[in-house]
Amino acid sequence: MSQTVFAPWSDPGAKPLIEFRNVTKRFGDFTAIDGLSLGIYEKEFFALLGPSGCGKTTMMRMLAGFETPTEGSILLSGQDLGRVPPNRRAVNMMFQSYALFPHLSVWENIAFGLKREKQDKDAIDARVTEMLRLTRLEKFKSRKPHQISGGQRQRVALARSLAKAPKLLLLDEPLGALDRKLREETQFELMDIQEKTGTTFVIVTHDQEEAMTVASRVAVMDEGRLVQVATPPEIYEQPATTYVADFIGDVSLIAGRAKPAGERVEIAWAEGQPPIVATSETSLSTDQSVHFAIRPEKVHISKERDETRPNLLQGKVEDIAYLGNISTYHVRLSDGTLLKAQSTNHRRLANRGITWEDEVYLSFTETAGVVLTE
Amino acid sequence: MRRLLIAVPYLWLLALFLIPFLIVFKISLSDITLSIPPYSPNLDLSAGWSGLVDFVRALDFENFVFLTQDDLYWKAYLSSVWIAFVSTLITLAVGYPIAYGMARADRSWQPTLLMLVILPFWTSFLIRVYSWMGILSTEGLLNQLLMNLWIIDEPLQILNTTTAVYIGIVYTYLPFMILPIYAALEKMDDALLEAAEDLGCSRLEAFWLVTWPLSRGGVIAGCFLVFIPAIGEFVIPSLLGGSDTLMIGKVLWEEFFSNRDWPVASAVAIVLLLILIVPIVLFQRNEQKAREAEG
Repeated sequence: MSQTVFAPWSDPGAKPLIEFRNVTKRFGDFTAIDGLSLGIYEKEFFALLGPSGCGKTTMMRMLAGFETPTEGSILLSGQDLGRVPPNRRAVNMMFQSYALFPHLSVWENIAFGLKREKQDKDAIDARVTEMLRLTRLEKFKSRKPHQISGGQRQRVALARSLAKAPKLLLLDEPLGALDRKLREETQFELMDIQEKTGTTFVIVTHDQEEAMTVASRVAVMDEGRLVQVATPPEIYEQPATTYVADFIGDVSLIAGRAKPAGERVEIAWAEGQPPIVATSETSLSTDQSVHFAIRPEKVHISKERDETRPNLLQGKVEDIAYLGNISTYHVRLSDGTLLKAQSTNHRRLANRGITWEDEVYLSFTETAGVVLTE
Repeated sequence: MRRLLIAVPYLWLLALFLIPFLIVFKISLSDITLSIPPYSPNLDLSAGWSGLVDFVRALDFENFVFLTQDDLYWKAYLSSVWIAFVSTLITLAVGYPIAYGMARADRSWQPTLLMLVILPFWTSFLIRVYSWMGILSTEGLLNQLLMNLWIIDEPLQILNTTTAVYIGIVYTYLPFMILPIYAALEKMDDALLEAAEDLGCSRLEAFWLVTWPLSRGGVIAGCFLVFIPAIGEFVIPSLLGGSDTLMIGKVLWEEFFSNRDWPVASAVAIVLLLILIVPIVLFQRNEQKAREAEG
């Protein structure tokens, strides 16, 4: 079965819809964006992920036209956006606060942008109706924003920003104000709408789960730079740096010194402990200082010592985080290092074998973790 | 306990509004006499029931009829409403940009700016109006300045004209216009303007389509807060206005203190109150609508 995978970023012939070329943005002494280059392709659902203050909102505001780059240029379909004002860009934005006009009804809010284009009444009517259907808001069209729920407001904001059929839609923390359950539902709705309309979406979020769920590619940002731009599985399984590994999901980081041996590498990490054996794609030099990053779900935990298992380590259970479907065990190794292990609770609580202060054995395969040099 | 709490404001209104109102109303139905008090009849309770009947029989609407006969009164009412209306428009034209500037100013500056708007209240209203006399008179500061700058050769006659009354009213009531408009603009989310621009508005369109409608509640409140007291204004026209400035507050004062015709003065006051009820009710309705929109 051959299914075409959507991956224009790996096609050297593909032209990006948006191109950041060495963009720098400074506010006074503060550098918000530092010499950043990036291409975003048509129909992508691109996520900008990072902690607050990392520059992701500044990037989005530059795309919308509310900020202009101090240096470098931003291109949309090959054209320099330069100082094109926000009202002349084929870019629309969905605001974090939704910014719905409180004095206008849902219908009028959605029609607002279309009316500015001086379209005729029937065309506006048809487009608004289409948007109302897409976001399932037909019943609420004559209500005012304060008369509908948070989730409905979010959909009005989405409908309003999509109404003008922009080339690019910017979403600033679109689900931040929703509660968890609604947020999860809405994530799938967003993906669905993105697919139906074929619009390029750029989403800004600090919620890594949200970014992983919705995005085709994720850009992890830190202090105005891109740390890694990759698909969600790549970001999770092959983080480029300890920063990415730590920011995305749960991870245990162990510092040590590398001793490469062919494809494999031995990491000496503590006196009196056997070295960790792992594989590394990058070539390492002997005695190079490295970090070994391993996800808790890739660590096997057991009360019995099984000598056949690779990378066997002994420790004591210090804490258990019970999450219902899974439990995370915080295991203190004899040298004081803390390692996290996760196991699914396929048995009921009463039958669970491992408890606090238990002596346990941890093990993981050679390919389970990643060796990071940064 | 709850009834008691509700009763307090009603008792307050009864003692300080309704009872004085009834007294004024009664005087407006009486006749002028040269006595103390300068009107009759007076209720004589010692005469019993027949005294009360005589008292009520002696009351009539003569004074109200008189108000319609002499054109001074309706001209004064009309002129008051007109002056109040024009002053309200001028105050709005001056106050809106100030309120807008305050709301757009840096957050850290806003308390200071607010303070500056309220600061004039720290000085007595009367003193401030008197100082305008010093500014506007023919030998006043304004004329001296203009003459020293060679802009005019002859001093301008501003004091004792209706222009001076407008200046006085606009100056005095400006804070009442600025504060509600500022309150409305200050709560407005800046993202709304960005959203309007993002959807294709120019800055000016964004103002007309978003800022103006969202500040309308504040504008209406401010207009009423200026218009209602300005109609009955007495101090400003009598100190700054000339003899040709006809305002009902001044007429009332003259009837009461110069003519000592309490019954006609009371009738003037009652009619003024009736005229004011219309904008007051409209104002209340606007406030209620604003509360509902927020809730």
